[in-house]
Amino acid sequence: MDPILSVKNLTTPLRIGRDVFNVVDNLSFDLHLGKTLALVGESGCGKSLTALSIMRILPDPPCLLPRGAVIYKGQNLLDLSERAMRKIRGARIGMIFQDPTTSLNPVFTIGAQLIEVAELHLNLYGEEAISRAVQALNEVGIVNSEQRLSDYPHQLSGGMRQRVMIAMALMCEPDILIADEPTTALDVTIQAQVLDLMKELQARKGMAILLITHDMGVVAEMADDVIVMYASQAVERGGVYDIFDQMTHPYTMGLFASRPLLKKSKEKLIPIQGTVPAIGQYPKGCRFNTRCPYVMPKCLEGDIPAFSLKTSEKHFANCWLCQ
Amino acid sequence: MTIPLLEAVALQKYFPIYSGLFRRHVGEVKAVDGVDFKLYEGQVLGIVGESGSGKSTLGRAAIRLIEPTSGKLYYRGQNFLTIEKNQLKQMRRQIQIIFQDPCASLNPRKTIFQSIGDALVYHELVKSEEEQQAYVVEILKKIGLSPDSMHRYPHQFSGGQQQRICIGRAIAMNPKLVVCDEAVSALDVSVQAQILNLLVELKEIMGLSYLFISHNLSVVRYICDHVLVMHRGKVVEQGIVEKIFNEPQEPYTKKLLSAIPPDHPRKRHLAAISVI
Repeated sequence: MDPILSVKNLTTPLRIGRDVFNVVDNLSFDLHLGKTLALVGESGCGKSLTALSIMRILPDPPCLLPRGAVIYKGQNLLDLSERAMRKIRGARIGMIFQDPTTSLNPVFTIGAQLIEVAELHLNLYGEEAISRAVQALNEVGIVNSEQRLSDYPHQLSGGMRQRVMIAMALMCEPDILIADEPTTALDVTIQAQVLDLMKELQARKGMAILLITHDMGVVAEMADDVIVMYASQAVERGGVYDIFDQMTHPYTMGLFASRPLLKKSKEKLIPIQGTVPAIGQYPKGCRFNTRCPYVMPKCLEGDIPAFSLKTSEKHFANCWLCQ
Repeated sequence: MTIPLLEAVALQKYFPIYSGLFRRHVGEVKAVDGVDFKLYEGQVLGIVGESGSGKSTLGRAAIRLIEPTSGKLYYRGQNFLTIEKNQLKQMRRQIQIIFQDPCASLNPRKTIFQSIGDALVYHELVKSEEEQQAYVVEILKKIGLSPDSMHRYPHQFSGGQQQRICIGRAIAMNPKLVVCDEAVSALDVSVQAQILNLLVELKEIMGLSYLFISHNLSVVRYICDHVLVMHRGKVVEQGIVEKIFNEPQEPYTKKLLSAIPPDHPRKRHLAAISVI
């Protein structure tokens, strides 16, 4: 099956003063309809900027134009005019953000914001737009949706606001949904509801999901494929079972060892030593070499190639250990 | 029988709701509605529950950061609510708090030396500036930061380091009890593990007790001895952490536990959870 979205060697430069740093460095992946790809990593590793690069909503300045290619239906989104991009953004590729409080406009009712989407992308006006908005709210499990249309974002709870965001993103039935930490601001019961909702909607509409998260639990629940990112680069990629059963990159292992698990006894957690290097202070060679317990001389120089692993054909790790 | 370090009896905190032109008192939000607990020395008591269940309010009312509406509070058997002012200051030193967002709880215009050191002067733990300096260096060592970071400002540190500074500020007072209000929730998982290890280590070295408020159940399971499950201001269930997690009795606790994301994709649960 051909991928619905194909990202090839995406590199997003960011300018600080006179220096230019790549906040997303040579990242490639494919999204398939009905499948979920999870981008995992810690704050500052470039996962959100990847999403913003695809949507072309990078803060500019400081970001410069991304290089590489984002192929959607035969066209490179990075080369499109802003006018053409506006037809795709929000309509064919929907996005939900981490914090629904700051992503919804506080001075408009949610109805007004939903109807705006219908007018802009679906050419629906008046009654039709209203009924489409009601339908969108129904789909995400909001009851009394007609009354809810006249509510302002502050009148809704966090979980409800996130549902409204999802409703808004899915109103045009996009092929791709980018979910940037969709449940980080929610507590555990609401998180389970929102994840269930996303799964159900995916099963019904068959869209591809790009899920950005730092929570391995969410990955375990949702993902089909996983890319682990560290310091702007992908360090390991594979199917979700490859990653959970046969994690290979020392950084991935470190991430897993840091998790307090429910069933485990109270032995000491093994955190990754040190801290993530700041952008601009990335070491040469493998960027994890300052914190890696298995560091070797050849890790200190040059690019680390992606080695294919025996686990499965799509499992790769950028580490000399896998040679 | 040993006396608990902190004991709450039927603790209540109601927030009034005012409405209309004359701001008439029309009702109350029962944020904490009759909670009892005992926290013994050297123990970690976890408070779990969803957002809005009154966890944080309980944490704050229990140490009188906000005045409880009614109920009784005992600190080492002493009535904490009717205590004299000069004794209260003494007690404030023994009870410290760490908040969720380290960036927001550190004064951006104070250096780390000031953030940690000012309270030392206020509580008269140090007599001279040299002593203060030496004390702060010792604290920085305890929390795993280098002494030369003393004269830097909070924005020059990463989130994990900032949380270390907040912890340092709390333990500088040689407290008995530290309230951790979502202290690790805003941190990345590898940093979270470092901070959790630091908390466990400090607890053992300094004989601390924690009142650990969190919505992250795996973290609570890891660090706590006892746990208290809250829902809508009331305690649903409390007991030893293993017992609550392995044999939850109340339907609410069961629901909360079933909502925890799985630790392996094999254990995916697709069961829909009803809207609360």
